[in-house]
Amino acid sequence: MINKLVLGSLVMSLAISGCSSKGGLDDTQSNAPVAGRRSPARAGGAGHTYTDAGRNAQSSGLGDLDSGTGPLSKRVIYFAYDSDDVLPEYEPVVTAHAEYLASHAGQTAMLEGHADERGSSEYNIALSERRAKSVERSLRLQGAAEGQLQILSYGEEKPAVSGHEESSWQQNRRVEIVYSGH
Amino acid sequence: MVSQLRVSWLLGFLLLGLPGLVRAELTVDINQGVEGGMPIAIVPFGQEGLGGDNLARIIAADLEGSGRFTPLAEAQMPERPVPPEAVNFPVWQSAGQEHVVIGRVVPGVGGGAYEASFTLFDAIRGTPLLSDRIPFKSADARHAAHRIADLIYQQLTGDRSIFNTRIAYITASGAGKTREYRLQIADADGQGAREVMNSSEPIMSPVWSPDGKRMAYVSFEDRTAAVYVQNLSTGERRKVSATPGINGAPSWSPDGSTLALTLSKDGNPEIYTLDVASGALRRVTHDDAIDTEASWSPDGRSLVMTSDRGGKPQLYLVPAMGGEPQRLTYEGDYNARGVFSPDGRSLAMVHGGEGGYRIAVMDTGSRNIKVLTRGRLDESPSFAPNGHVILYTRKDGGRDQLAMIAVDGQGQRNIPIRGGEVRGAAWSP
Repeated sequence: MINKLVLGSLVMSLAISGCSSKGGLDDTQSNAPVAGRRSPARAGGAGHTYTDAGRNAQSSGLGDLDSGTGPLSKRVIYFAYDSDDVLPEYEPVVTAHAEYLASHAGQTAMLEGHADERGSSEYNIALSERRAKSVERSLRLQGAAEGQLQILSYGEEKPAVSGHEESSWQQNRRVEIVYSGH
Repeated sequence: MVSQLRVSWLLGFLLLGLPGLVRAELTVDINQGVEGGMPIAIVPFGQEGLGGDNLARIIAADLEGSGRFTPLAEAQMPERPVPPEAVNFPVWQSAGQEHVVIGRVVPGVGGGAYEASFTLFDAIRGTPLLSDRIPFKSADARHAAHRIADLIYQQLTGDRSIFNTRIAYITASGAGKTREYRLQIADADGQGAREVMNSSEPIMSPVWSPDGKRMAYVSFEDRTAAVYVQNLSTGERRKVSATPGINGAPSWSPDGSTLALTLSKDGNPEIYTLDVASGALRRVTHDDAIDTEASWSPDGRSLVMTSDRGGKPQLYLVPAMGGEPQRLTYEGDYNARGVFSPDGRSLAMVHGGEGGYRIAVMDTGSRNIKVLTRGRLDESPSFAPNGHVILYTRKDGGRDQLAMIAVDGQGQRNIPIRGGEVRGAAWSP
């Protein structure tokens, strides 16, 4: 009896200590044949070539990358469930970044694709690559050069938000535009 | 007599077992009983001088986790005999027990040395079926218990046992700059975890080589995806694939010479095979869709993979040398991460449906799918080397866990893991 109590409280404390984390995210189910699944060959090689050239905002009216306001301050594109389409509400964001890249030829950026936690992790890597390529395609159509963009697919491995429900998942289905040097 | 034994056992447990309790944070909790499992009573061992869990408790947890036994709860035991001649068979028969195990641990020769002796009885006939002595060092007490569980399991089922095998898994904890990923290996019951490697960037998809000596995995430590092969005894490791884009989903060929991989260097995720010694790469699939998560058939001739070439992710079988993929799954909108059982007669997979993502098995002959688990986010199935149990990850009630379930859906047990969120699980050969 006594030892049961001891064990019981131990198991409780274990249970408590064991539940501290959660979060991983992946997103599954995707697919939906998507426009433009075939995208231009990947930009660049494995190495990042970060340069300072073109860091100064020029005459585009976009403002500086580091200003913290304006369209360039938005660096995350979110996606609907099961989709890699850039939603209309994010098109102005993509357009602003495309214009900035077009006018700053020396600036490079990494497009980091992410998925929510549902489904298998390696399939989610593939899904998140599709999202990043969708943004890459849109940026290139609007003036960014191939050599300015690289893609990194994180799948569900780096969630923005932990949590196991749609309100968390929607924040994790995303592509982050990460400028070198900023 | 009975009550005296009980008191002395209790006392022994309290006095000697406390240091062990501190280490018990990974104690398994069995939350889904076994219906129709073989009744067996593992009587607490007499183990003066040895701390930690009573070996009987570890043996009972192993047997119950196999899905094929229903060990009698200690509280329901009619007596607690230690020497073989003390067993009173009629009281065990009355308690519905077909088999009774008794044992004791005595100090051996040398510091920290012990010897466990045990006897497995047929409780109906009152005859011993198996009796053995296992010498061990105090630090290996759990392994001695697993060894006894192995011997009992093999005696009563005739099948290979798995209690001394290991599992690999990845944990992730923290957020942002403090995030930490760890590749760990533990005993099959989750105890004795040790770290293989850690990184502030993601680690994914560990997989054991067929001889159990090496592990392949994906690491983002260079801020790009790469596949590594690491020798588990020396720690030496080698980057075997770092092409532009995805380098993922490694799977060892049954002869240990070749890795199947997913690479997107040619524009989108395709399956390749890589000769690990020579570095020779062969492309297996050619399709604009996602092809990933290849896993070898036991005969080394085929790969099962996940592809959304039909619009939704489904499992396909493709010749390892390349050829036309054949679709295997049609039930449901989501079937992924297929892995063959060791005998090749079934496939485990992640099966998505309305209730969530669950572990299912498909009979490769009839193609019938049976859903085994009931969670919302059950993933990463991996067969035990005897094919009777599947290891997987689950997220339920805010708690990340490793879990095991028998392939007939019986005897699910959780293995709470320290270190945060649990991803990627792989059972050793």
